Amino acid sequence: MPEQLLQFLATGVTVGSIYALVGLGFALIYNASDVVNFAQGEFVMLGAMTTVALLNAGLPLALAGVVATLLTALVGLLLERFAIEPAAGASVVSTIIITIGAAIFLRGVVLLLWGKGFHALPPFTGDAPIQFWGATLLPQSLWVLGITALLVVLVRAFFNHTLLGKALLACSFNRNAAQLVGINVRVMLRLAYALSAALGALAGILVAPITFTSYEAGVMLGLKGFSAAIVGGIGNPMGAVAGGLLLGVLESLGAGLISSGYKDAIAFLFVLMVLFFEPTGLFGHKTAERV
Amino acid sequence: MKDRVWSNILVSALLLAGAQLAGAAEPIKIGSFLAVTGPASFLGDPELKTLQMYVEDINARGGVKGRKLELLHYDTGGNAKDAVSFSKRLIKNDNVDIIIGGTTTGDTMAVIPDVEKEGIPFISLAGAVEIVEPVKKWVFKTPHTDRMAVAKIYEDLRKRGLTKVALITGDGGFDKSGRQQLLDLAPQYGIAIVADESYGNKDTDMTAQLTKIRPSGAQAIVNFGLGQAPAIVTKNMKQLGIDLPLYQSHGVASKTFIDLAGEAAEGVRLPAAVLVVAEQLPGADPQKPILLDYKKRFEAKYGPVSTFGGHAYDGLMIAVAAIERAGGPDKAKVRDEIEKTRGFIGTAGVFNMSPTDHMGLSLDAFKMVEIRGGAWKIVE
Repeated sequence: MPEQLLQFLATGVTVGSIYALVGLGFALIYNASDVVNFAQGEFVMLGAMTTVALLNAGLPLALAGVVATLLTALVGLLLERFAIEPAAGASVVSTIIITIGAAIFLRGVVLLLWGKGFHALPPFTGDAPIQFWGATLLPQSLWVLGITALLVVLVRAFFNHTLLGKALLACSFNRNAAQLVGINVRVMLRLAYALSAALGALAGILVAPITFTSYEAGVMLGLKGFSAAIVGGIGNPMGAVAGGLLLGVLESLGAGLISSGYKDAIAFLFVLMVLFFEPTGLFGHKTAERV
Repeated sequence: MKDRVWSNILVSALLLAGAQLAGAAEPIKIGSFLAVTGPASFLGDPELKTLQMYVEDINARGGVKGRKLELLHYDTGGNAKDAVSFSKRLIKNDNVDIIIGGTTTGDTMAVIPDVEKEGIPFISLAGAVEIVEPVKKWVFKTPHTDRMAVAKIYEDLRKRGLTKVALITGDGGFDKSGRQQLLDLAPQYGIAIVADESYGNKDTDMTAQLTKIRPSGAQAIVNFGLGQAPAIVTKNMKQLGIDLPLYQSHGVASKTFIDLAGEAAEGVRLPAAVLVVAEQLPGADPQKPILLDYKKRFEAKYGPVSTFGGHAYDGLMIAVAAIERAGGPDKAKVRDEIEKTRGFIGTAGVFNMSPTDHMGLSLDAFKMVEIRGGAWKIVE
């Protein structure tokens, strides 16, 4: 039984780190514009699918990954420029709906370009499982965990210690005031979309060896990543990671100890409980509207 | 002003089309509704491509009884509600002569009441046994049933002397129906189900379920599922070092499964239509030339063949043969002729339909195959 429990935890951490990584991407755009970008899952899918396509075209994995990340960042930038920016005066809800439209559009384009098939990326460092006290973990999961940790530190440092990051945050707090102190809000928003697209693409490339990818892969990953982000307190990179890990471990414990049929129900029940008792998430800032 | 111009163009186009129609014999209309997009797209997509390819081909060779075939198709996206409205449209607005379609069991079952009421021959391309059992007057199907797949798996288990089996299945219609057959047929083959786990079809990790299966004393694991999930189950088993024989369903009998699961797929067994192992059949097998021809044509045009497109080929050819024997697309006559289909050699096997059997395939239409060296091998 202890080995089983350990395996459930290992599974939970593997799955959770994937959710965490995807959830992280939501934080960037939210921080810059208060908008939840529902095309975030599609950025994840786009990164993985582009890498698959480039790999098939003969590029080495590392180069394909870098090019795919840059291309996805470009898509994020174009999305902001041609879909979000023209609706600059619109409410946050309208903008969120635009991102849903963009998600459907991106899925459609990938479907037309590369078809409906499922694809796998090769694991970065083999797939011989790592044994520890009777449980096993794939090396790729360690990559996901490691890079997630690294990205959290980087994203945190970016927002707290760089002028650019602080400028981005300022746009979210008060767009007019940010403009008055000389921040180019437009450029900041484009930057936010490009960065979070790149972050999403990176997540997609990292998890594709474990979860496989297809034109629809972004839907589920986006949903779970979003759940992770709100459980942890949206806009807080650390919170997204904690939320993701918690969600993953709960799912796996639910499947292992209670019933595999109800594992999603158990996880989402938890999300609802969190939102009920802590509407801003476990690590969210308490917001106070000033009238 | 602009509107006037457009309506003029439209009217003249319609007149032109009318004039052309009057010139040639009316085409025979084949209606189809398939899940070309959505979760069952890997079934519906090759089915549509096959129908289009062969309708074109038959027309190029002069059509049926001197009349061209016309394919009218709607995409249901795997949504049973859409299937119902599209089948209504096919019957009432498009006035089709026969329907070949219904990629999934859900789509098919949803349209059966209409089809039966209107009296139109319907050849379904979906798997579940409930489509033709009990027999419905106007409904036929060409794919093997999930019950046959389960029987084939249990036969193979019995041969290997394995009696304790763990099930792991997805949450889709195909998975659930398969699980039911697995539970139903187990006593008949003297098999004990020692574990029964499930997963969501879009889940990314099944190690928790497999960890639960490990201490159950199972001698083999049977996974009934579609899409990428069975490949993840296969990989997770290898990761956990569970060294039990793994059986998959006919739902993953495509190259994609081998590509996704990689090395972990070695030794996996599954019941598959002979199409995937066509080259390995003995030269005297009457199915071999048909399989190779279909495979060659499909691959020349669209890439790797799957058994699912073959079901559409079988359906279309059975329909065309029945229309020819009936002397035209009279619905009642065509229905009777489909029921009289005997010794028809298709991609799924040899069809012998009868008033009590509207599928007409026997258990030996399935071959038990094992994945060895990244390819399918027939298990004797």
